[in-house]
Parts: sequence; structure tokens; C-alpha cells
Amino acid sequence: MLLSFGRRAAWPSHQVHLRASVRNFSVSRCVSRHADAPFRLAVVGSGPAGFYTAYRVMSKLPQARVDMYEALPVPFGLVRHGVAPDHPEVKNCQEKFDEVATSPNFTFVGNVSIGLPGHQSEHCTIPLKVLTSHYDSILFAYGASEDKKLHIPGESSLNGIYSARQFVGWYNGHPDCTELAPDLSRSEEAVIIGQGNVALDVARILLEDVDVLRKTDISETALAQLAQSRVKRVHVVGRRGPMQAAFTIKEVRELMKLSDVSFHGVDNSLMPEALDTLPRAAKRLMEVLRKGTPTNPSNTPKSWSLDSCLSPKAFVGSKLNPSHVGGTEFYVTKLEDPFNPRSSVSLTEETMTLPSDIAFRSVGYKSVALPGFAEAGIHFDEKRGVIKNDGVGRAIQLPTDTGNSIETQPSALPGVYCAGWVKNGPTGVIASTMRDAFITGDAVVQDWLSGAPFLGSSANGTAEGWAAVSADVGALSKQVVTWDQWRQIDQAERERGSEKGKERDKFTDVGDMLNSIT
Amino acid sequence: MSRTLSRSLARLSQVGFRPSANAPYKSFTSTNASLKCAPTLRALQSRQLPLSRRAFSTTPQRRHGHVTPPKAGEELWVTFIDKEGEEHKFAVSAGDNLLDIAQANDLEMEGACGGSCACSTCHVIVEGEDYYDKMPEPEDDENDMLDLAFGLTETSRLGCQVKMTKELDGLVVRLPSMTRNMQASDFQ
Repeated sequence: MLLSFGRRAAWPSHQVHLRASVRNFSVSRCVSRHADAPFRLAVVGSGPAGFYTAYRVMSKLPQARVDMYEALPVPFGLVRHGVAPDHPEVKNCQEKFDEVATSPNFTFVGNVSIGLPGHQSEHCTIPLKVLTSHYDSILFAYGASEDKKLHIPGESSLNGIYSARQFVGWYNGHPDCTELAPDLSRSEEAVIIGQGNVALDVARILLEDVDVLRKTDISETALAQLAQSRVKRVHVVGRRGPMQAAFTIKEVRELMKLSDVSFHGVDNSLMPEALDTLPRAAKRLMEVLRKGTPTNPSNTPKSWSLDSCLSPKAFVGSKLNPSHVGGTEFYVTKLEDPFNPRSSVSLTEETMTLPSDIAFRSVGYKSVALPGFAEAGIHFDEKRGVIKNDGVGRAIQLPTDTGNSIETQPSALPGVYCAGWVKNGPTGVIASTMRDAFITGDAVVQDWLSGAPFLGSSANGTAEGWAAVSADVGALSKQVVTWDQWRQIDQAERERGSEKGKERDKFTDVGDMLNSIT
Repeated sequence: MSRTLSRSLARLSQVGFRPSANAPYKSFTSTNASLKCAPTLRALQSRQLPLSRRAFSTTPQRRHGHVTPPKAGEELWVTFIDKEGEEHKFAVSAGDNLLDIAQANDLEMEGACGGSCACSTCHVIVEGEDYYDKMPEPEDDENDMLDLAFGLTETSRLGCQVKMTKELDGLVVRLPSMTRNMQASDFQ
């Protein structure tokens, strides 16, 4: 059994009886490793998955040295650039991350990307193979930087169709999304395709009183554009029904509570009449939907609806301006079993069009492979957009084409791990990401203590980590942003914010971030 | 070492622990024979091991210290059963919430949102329906978070929302097991 002496206490190796390792290497190659043998871990990405895994490993291996690489000069990933600005309480986890980063065993290596080109010239890019040669282990926790596409006509040719992921990045001040500049003054109606929490975040930002948003850390550019918005009617459209939707109750309830915003009512035929028969979470969610808002759309200036059983067919150009979207055409779909959360759905021949000059695509985020994965033997599942792993975060080796069909059992790639959305796909809240990161962290610790093979770097000596990597990349390493420098950026943002009566006014430009470092 | 020890003592006395022989630890049980001693002693012993120092010892504790030391004679008792099945019994004051109590005593409970009822990382399971029924009913926002909690039960609550009261003296809560059993379907 595993023993732990409290939250932050370390893991005394002599009292630990490890479970049999599930890794697929020969046991005879394993050497017993002492708990205080040095352990160098590189974490790629500084969002919640990276921080919570680092925290777990550092808590259980006191001699672990963690270097965390982040492509931007600023940390926290989707906590900073994904969590909605009107959810400040969700961002409180940053306090824990700051505590982790303050450990002398932790080094933040900001403004450095692995394999991919950077955000501007003052940036450092490190090839993956440099990383693998200076660490015992690499944890990939870089999340999902792309989004799934609909692959329907008009999607890439018409103006006025926005990626919800970019829209979220835009209102949260992500440097990659400042150019988005969505024109919200074109239309009173907006269509959001997708029924997850990102779709509901987008709906809420579009419908919320801009004076409420003014007090948040929403980007000033977004605030100015939202103040010009004419959007009054939002359709949140899904292929299936409310019983199958991916959103969670908190986000729905928030929309129901917005002042001067009504809900159009849910299609009751898509949920059981007696909600008591449902499991707790589904029952409570359906109750909120059925209850709706106390007001109705005819007496509030703004409203929203859940439009179920519609599958996007094509975006169609506007009559006045054919290069701009004027509506979205949908197939009407049919649910095999409407009350079953896993019901399949099929298209019917019936179609309908929702006229709107603004459309958002919100059908999921997608991770992409980093340059160098194939050479490193890392198996990236392009279809699911995840690093292939054993379920607890050990990366699985790219199958080698030996022509030997007996070698079908996938084997773990020594020292390579993943956590967060690049491990599981783009789903889950902070709590589930944390739990999952701890599972990966435990796998790392278990492998290390059981003497499992790690990256080759430590075979003939000690891995040197960032010190060796920075020597390899030479002058470029001067572009690195340290944790103390991030704190200067943080301080500058807070000062800008306090002048405007908000907690923080984020820099949305990497150059401005770097310029605030003294 | 003496600093570690005195810090442990200071923290323990904060929540009303006195390392005396007459403390009411009769109900204490442990899953490991080597640990069958009073929790005060055990906690101190574990801190004497060189490897069991806090990993981030240079950082001041941020969210600790929300608990109030109970006045003599006004102690309320609460027991946490951790993920390994070990019991930890503490004397606390009325008004302290379970998240703060757990964190002040270094139990494995995160509280990612800092106790603002915006996540489910401080999920606890109340042992015994009678105690559960003595608590004020959870508000909608707590229930909304519980809906997402892993291993939800009929008597689940968020630790940050449960404040100790006289009626809850003797409360026992269990921390839900974090690790899940891997299914074949997870290996895709």
C-alpha cells in the first residue's frame, strides 16, 4: 500500500511498497533508485496540468528539480487565457501555482517554446531533442492550441465566422488573438455552434451587461468592442439535445441569472417528463433548463435559446454582402434515444436556416504534435489530438515498422509523460485536471522509485536541466523570462488595472510584457 | 530539527492539540501497525524523518491560519478519514470550516478555488446520515459543484461550506479516494 504523510510531506522510500509496474520493459533492466537520487523533470506548458503534476512530483520526490517551459512570458495557460473574466474565483488556484514556483527546486523558463517558432523576435525556441538530452524526464502539458473545424462550405471563405477558442483568447487578452477584432455591431443575432461550456461562456460574454464586465480583468479592447455590440439574440446550437449536451450546470444557471436576459425555453420532448427518474446531476441540470428565466423574451432586451437537433450544413453569404456570412444552414437531426446521454443521432432530409451575420464555431479544442515528436518516438494520435498514453500518463512508443506482427503490444516510452488536455482531450474543469495531473505525477514518482528506465541523459551521469539547455542554445537564452520577471509583469498589470478600477489590465502584446520587465 | 519540531508543535497547538497523555484518542485506529500511536506523536515522528520535510519549506503558508484555536472546554471534535483509511481527529472551534481545518493540519485536501465554492476539490463524504441531516442544506452553487465531484455520494459536501457547530461535535468525514480504477476502455 502507499502511505503519505500529509499534503506536502515527502514520501520516505523505505516505507513504500510499490505496486507492480505496468510498464512494458524487462524487469531485469530495472535498478533500485534511492528516493534522494537527483531527478530532473522538464514540464512543457505552465497551465494547471503542468503545475499540478509538478506539485505532485515535488511533494513526493523532495530531490526533484523541475524546469517549466512556457511559450509566453506569462504563466498559467488557460487559467489566465481561458477561464472567463467573470469567474475570478476559479483563478484562485494561481496562488497554489505561485507557491510551487517559489520553491528553490523549481525554475520557470518563460518566453521559450519547444520546437515551435515564437511569438516575436525576442523569443527563444528550443528543439525537442535538446530537451530530451538534458533531462531524466519530460512532461508534456501544453494543452490544446487549435480548434476542431466543422468542415462545411463557407467556413473558411466567409467573413464573420469566428472560432470560439480565439474569441475566448481575445477577450482574455491572449497575444495570439488580439487580431481577431470580431465585428459585433453587424447583427442583432449570433449563432454559436456547439453546446459545451465554452459555447455558454461566449454566450454569456455576448449577453452580459458590459458594466459588469468592466470590473473584471477582461481585455480593454474586448470591452470597447463589446460596448459597441448590437447582439441581442443568441442561439446556442447543438446536433443533439439537452440530455446529451456537454455544458455543466453552473454555466447554465449563470445565464439564467443574467439581468435583462430571457431564456426561450427548452424543448420538453427531449427530456423525460418525470425528472426524478434521472441521476442527480442530469436531474438538477434539466430542472434548471425547464425552469428557465422568470422573464420571457418579449419583455427583456436580450435573450438566448438552446437550439437542439441541428447539424451544420453550410454557412451562406449575406445577400447584401456575399463575402460575409448571412446565415447558417442546418440539417434537422433525429435522436435515436432522446433521454439517453449517449444517444446516437442521424441526419434527416429536413433543413432549416438560422439567419445571423455573426457565427461562432465552438465544437472543441484540439492539441497538435510538437516538431520532433516522431524523431523522439512519441506517438501522437492525430485523430483524437492527444499524445498516446497508457491512461495514467505514460507516453506510448511510436510503433516501429519491423514487419513483425507479433510486436502488437504498445510499450511505454521511458521518461516521457503527459497530463491535461494533451493527454485526455479538451475536456474537464480545474478539479478534474488536478485529479488527473496527480495520477500522472504518481506514475512519474512510482517509475522513478522503482528504478524504471528514464531518458538516456542520466545513464552516464546526472542530467543538468536548464543550465545545460541554456548553454546549448547560447545567446538566445537571454530572452528567457524568469519567475521574478513574471512577477514584475504581474505587478505592472495590477497597477494598470487599479487605475481602471479592475484587478488587472493584462498586456495583450508580448513586446509590452517584456518591456515591463526592468 | 528542533525548529521543525517546534513548528509542528506550534501548528498543532493552533488547533488545540496538546501533546499530553490524557487527550481523548481512544477511537483512533490506524491501518499500519507501525503507526499505532497517538496522532500527535505520529505526526511529530513523521516530521522527524529527514525526507518528510515540506517540499516547499521556504514558502510561507498562505491559506493556513484561518482556523481559530478552541478555548479550553469549548473544543469541538472532528475526525477526517484520509485516502489511506487513517483517522485524524482534531479539536477545533465553532465556525471553522472543514477545508481550513484539513489544510491547517496538512491533510491532503486542495481547495483549488481557495474556498469560494467554485470547484469540487474539497469534496468530503459525511459519515452517518444523522450528522449530514444536522447540517444546513447545501446551496445551489455548492450542489452545482458537487454534481461534478468525483465519487459523489448521498452525504457528499464541500469542505469549504461546512462550518463546525456544537451540533456537529464528533463529526466524521471521509476524503474520497482520488485514484480511480483504470478500465480497459481507458487504453485507447
